[in-house]
Order: sequence, then structure tokens, then C-alpha cells
Amino acid sequence: MTVIIYVLIMAAVTYLTRMLPLALIREKIRSRFIISLLTYLPYTVLSALTFPAVFYATSSTAASLAGCAVALILAFFKVPMVLVALSASAASFIFLLF
Amino acid sequence: MNTQKGTGLYYKDGLRDGIPIGLGYFSVSFGMGILAASKGFSALAALIMSATNLTSAGQAAGIEVIGEALLKSGGALVFSLLTAGELALAQLVINLRYSLMAVSLSQKLSPRFGSGHRFLASAFITDEIYAVGVTRKGDIEPRYWYGLATVPYFSWALGTLCGALAGNILPGAVGSALGIALYGMFLAIIVPPARDNGAVCFAVCVAAALSCLMFYLPFFSFLSAGFRVIICALAAACAAALRSPVEAEK
Repeated sequence: MTVIIYVLIMAAVTYLTRMLPLALIREKIRSRFIISLLTYLPYTVLSALTFPAVFYATSSTAASLAGCAVALILAFFKVPMVLVALSASAASFIFLLF
Repeated sequence: MNTQKGTGLYYKDGLRDGIPIGLGYFSVSFGMGILAASKGFSALAALIMSATNLTSAGQAAGIEVIGEALLKSGGALVFSLLTAGELALAQLVINLRYSLMAVSLSQKLSPRFGSGHRFLASAFITDEIYAVGVTRKGDIEPRYWYGLATVPYFSWALGTLCGALAGNILPGAVGSALGIALYGMFLAIIVPPARDNGAVCFAVCVAAALSCLMFYLPFFSFLSAGFRVIICALAAACAAALRSPVEAEK
């Protein structure tokens, strides 16, 4: 049950990040630094979450590296998100068979 | 006011626009469910997490933090204020982007959005739902927004449940390979803008480099996964904001 309590704490904080600005803020943010920080934050969060965790996302590091490489190449050529995700899995799967 | 069919004013228009998002969510949340199960989550806990959080990056961090605690506890997990604080702080930093989206969304809401609708509608702000909603022409009506959120929301929850349940049934290699789908999605989000925009590229590379440094250098081994992501993401975003400030909107 402790896991559920942790999960609900996550949910409450996540909801507040969405709800408070929508319910409260009626004016535009003026600080250029804050705006810049908020612009870059989504990308840095995803990047820090991905590296180095992606190298250990499957049971073999070689397979994870293969999946990561395929995802990087396809994403570079702006292939749709679902295809990138599934291709990364497929590449890892092929490596895991050997 | 335009009330014609197909102008995005109706529930079913939103429902239709949400189908592609839902398809993507199902495949990614399936991987999320497998990941959660592999870190010791029960299928019920995984389902509750997706149904109440509806966020890929936040949940990925949460799974890592809770998974770490589960591993250390050896089965009997006791509630710890430190872990709870780490989780709360991680969600705050990782999901701060939703605050930005909410601010931007607040400029596009129709006058029908009273406080009640704002409390409910804000629960469904995700990167993709926001992006589709905000790029629609004209003001967003509540019923369109709820229609748009319907398929993605249930796909996200159901996909997680299926993944958590199937993780134990699927052949090991299949389940293991699907665990990387989530990171494939993250890369699909960050690589295209990094390719087109030098400042984003700088931010992404700094964050990845810092995160790897902190992970591999023994000096930082006291840092848990959640704090590592928070510190690296904030530091890299600060560096990018100082290096290339964005133009403030008029």
C-alpha cells in the first residue's frame, strides 16, 4: 500500500502543476529568464531521464544500445513518435534473440 | 460564433482528433506497464499510477524512485518522508512544463470555461493533447477538450494495465525489448527540435552529459535517480536560458 500512497503523492503534485496556472494565472509571465527556463526545461528533463537509463532499458546493454541508435537515427529524420518507439523495441528484440 | 460541424466545437470532433494520440499512448504505456512490473509494481498500482498521473516522464521518474526504494526495502516497503519529498520534488520539476502549457492554454479557452471546467480540464494537459488542442483554430470549448482527452486517457490507463499484466506472460525478450519504447518516444520528442535549434541542442546535450557524469562518477553515487534528473535538468535549462534567452512574447 505504500506504493499507492507514493503514487497518489505524485498524482497530487502533477495535478497542481497543471491546475494552478490554468485556474490562477490570468496575466502573462514577464521575466525573460523564467520564460527561457520554462522553454528549455521540457527538453532537458527528457534528456536527463533518457541518458543513461536508456542503456539499461532492456536486459542486455548491447540490445539497448542498438535500440537507442535506431531511435536516434529515426528521430533525427522526424519519423512519427509511435514508429520511433516501436522500431527501437524491434531493434532491441532482434539483438536479444542472439 | 461558428457552430458548424467539424469546427472543433463538438465532443465527437475532439474524440476523433484524440484517436491518433490514443494509439501512440497505448504502445508507450504498454512499455511503461512492463517497466513498472519489472521494478516491483503490482498491476493495480501501475494502473492507478497511469489513471491518476497521465504523464510519461513523471511516471518514468516515479517508477525509478519507487523501484529503488522497493529494491532497498527487500519487499517490506515502509513509508519514508524523504522518498515522498523526493517524489514530490521530482514531479514538480519534471512536470513544470505543464504549468507553461497551462499558461499558454489559458489564453485559448472559450468563455464557457468557468472555474469548475478549469479544475477538471487541467487534469488532461499532456504534451500531445495540449499540442493538438492549442494548434486548433479558434477558442477551445470544454466539450471539445473532453472529447480530445477521452481516447488518450483510457488508452494510457489500459495500455499500462495490459503491459503490467503481460510483462509476466510475454516471452522474456519481447517484454524486455518493449521496455525501451518509452525512451524511443522521449528521443522522438527531443531530437527533431534539437536538430533544428542550436539552443535546444545545447540544452539536451548538456543535460545528457551531466546525467551520465553523475551516474558513472562514484563521487555522486549518493544521489538517487530522482534528484539526479532534477539537478541535471535544472542546471542544463539554466545554462541554456542564460546562453540563449528566448524572445519574450509581446
